[in-house]
Amino acid sequence: MSNYHTKTVTELSAMLQAGKVSSVELTRYFLDRIKSSDDKLNSFITVCEEDALAQAKESDEKLKAGNAPALTGVPIAHKDIFCTEGIKTSCASKMLDNFISPYDATVVTNMRNAGVVMLGKTNMDEFAMGSSNETSYYGAVKNPWNLNAVPGGSSGGSAAAVSARLAPAATGTDTGGSIRQPAAFCGITGLKPTYGRVSRFGMIAFASSLDQAGPMGQSASDCALLLNAMAGFDEKDSTSIEKEVPDYSADLDKPLDGLRIGLPKEYFAHTEGGMNADVEAAIKTALDEYKAMGAELVDIELPNSGISVPVYYVVAPAECSANLSRFDGVRYGYRCEDPKDLNDLYTRSRGEGFGPEVQRRIMVGTYALSSGYYDAYYLKAQQLRHLISDDFKKAYEKVDVIMAPATPETAFNIGEKTDDPISMYLSDIYTIAVNLAGIPAMSIPVGFADGMPVGMQIMGNYFEEAKLLNVAHKYQQATDWHTQLPEEFK
Amino acid sequence: MSIEVDEVKKIAKLACLNVDDADIQSYATNLSNILDLVAQMDAVDTTGVTPMSHPFDAVQRLREDVVTDFNRREDFQAIAPATEDGLYLVPKVIE
Repeated sequence: MSNYHTKTVTELSAMLQAGKVSSVELTRYFLDRIKSSDDKLNSFITVCEEDALAQAKESDEKLKAGNAPALTGVPIAHKDIFCTEGIKTSCASKMLDNFISPYDATVVTNMRNAGVVMLGKTNMDEFAMGSSNETSYYGAVKNPWNLNAVPGGSSGGSAAAVSARLAPAATGTDTGGSIRQPAAFCGITGLKPTYGRVSRFGMIAFASSLDQAGPMGQSASDCALLLNAMAGFDEKDSTSIEKEVPDYSADLDKPLDGLRIGLPKEYFAHTEGGMNADVEAAIKTALDEYKAMGAELVDIELPNSGISVPVYYVVAPAECSANLSRFDGVRYGYRCEDPKDLNDLYTRSRGEGFGPEVQRRIMVGTYALSSGYYDAYYLKAQQLRHLISDDFKKAYEKVDVIMAPATPETAFNIGEKTDDPISMYLSDIYTIAVNLAGIPAMSIPVGFADGMPVGMQIMGNYFEEAKLLNVAHKYQQATDWHTQLPEEFK
Repeated sequence: MSIEVDEVKKIAKLACLNVDDADIQSYATNLSNILDLVAQMDAVDTTGVTPMSHPFDAVQRLREDVVTDFNRREDFQAIAPATEDGLYLVPKVIE
């Protein structure tokens, strides 16, 4: 029996290019893995068996013809937030349970042009609102390292699928930590790029000034390959940045001598809700590894980072309430039975189609934006956002990257935080500031605490994804945390 | 910050959400807790700070006003709950 699931995208791509395996064989292999194992995890909402095999066949022809792009024939999964033409795109909501997208998201188009095969669409928190994947209309996703624990969210299906190697890699989106937190909880590598680096066109909008798509994979080198395909200017996204995309794989092996790593004291403080001792121990060991590779650790301050969570819970709900007003039961999506008038149609379609967390956020946002409250909430939050991003700018005058835990604790249990939205919100305490500032950041696995993966966050200055990938890759060359597989999925 | 039941009803109306009476109290509690969290913002003085609208102070990109896409009415209406003669159907608004 072959063991393709133990291979990285980088390795699979080389095998495909060398003709050592066909895309059809690989695709079938992963489809079989999904079929035999996903009932334990619930990581997929839709599996595209027929389409995937047709794409694989096409890829094999391209590979035979020669000059096929690096990712040709590599099967991956897309988060179900990306529109896929002719295939259900649900955003894990009852509202879009019947929605077949009439077009592809730019990320999907770019990935297809790069040759990847789409295995299916992964589970997530409803409309990406959640940190545990428990708000999905299709049910919670399980963490492959402990089936009683959450995989994190909102890209929990993508993280679980990659962690259990049901897919060699997946796409995700990150509005407040939705790539990095599940990557940390599931022991994989995830990258949230600079705001505007990857097109948001066709990616169902949650909070438009924060949303950013990125790769989730087994290693930094895989994420580099995926980002090469995902990133780029897109006329269809008005906030897309017109800036050349470098080759993210080019600098992976650069030595880290003299690298200045900033350690924000606020992220390492022993305060309530701060990181637990086992997480801290794993992070400290990883930092020692970096010192051994020639990096210098520098204490820094991000004085306004403590205010990130409150700021986020104004900005994100406000933008979500505006974005989700498009779901009206008229043009697409869920419509209630027998509406008695137009208002009844709107309010019942929305009341029945959205889950409780989505409704909560729409209401918070509606309140914050309602007449008389704008200055006290949204304006104030956007001012604080300026202070938060200035803190990062100042820090990057002194250091090259910033390192911190990705989450205060390892994956919590299913049901543990569902009754208390605030404690759920606070699980993103270390990831949110990055989105508010718009900078890129990664999470990489750096060890275990009580058998569950610990993720370390590496934050970079604007557009320095290549540096982050280099810094992460060098660590992964020296350690093997990222290659470890959960027992049940070996 | 405490949000009362009546206020929740008003917000739900503004947001076009039909909320079951049985759920109103729990929304009131949750929204109050969220606004308490948000109130921590007041601890920081932001006098004179420019609100951030974009990480790179980018302005809205403009393009020529020309047709760049083609008409796909049928595709878009195929996924609508109810249509007729190329129009979207809703309950009668005017008697």
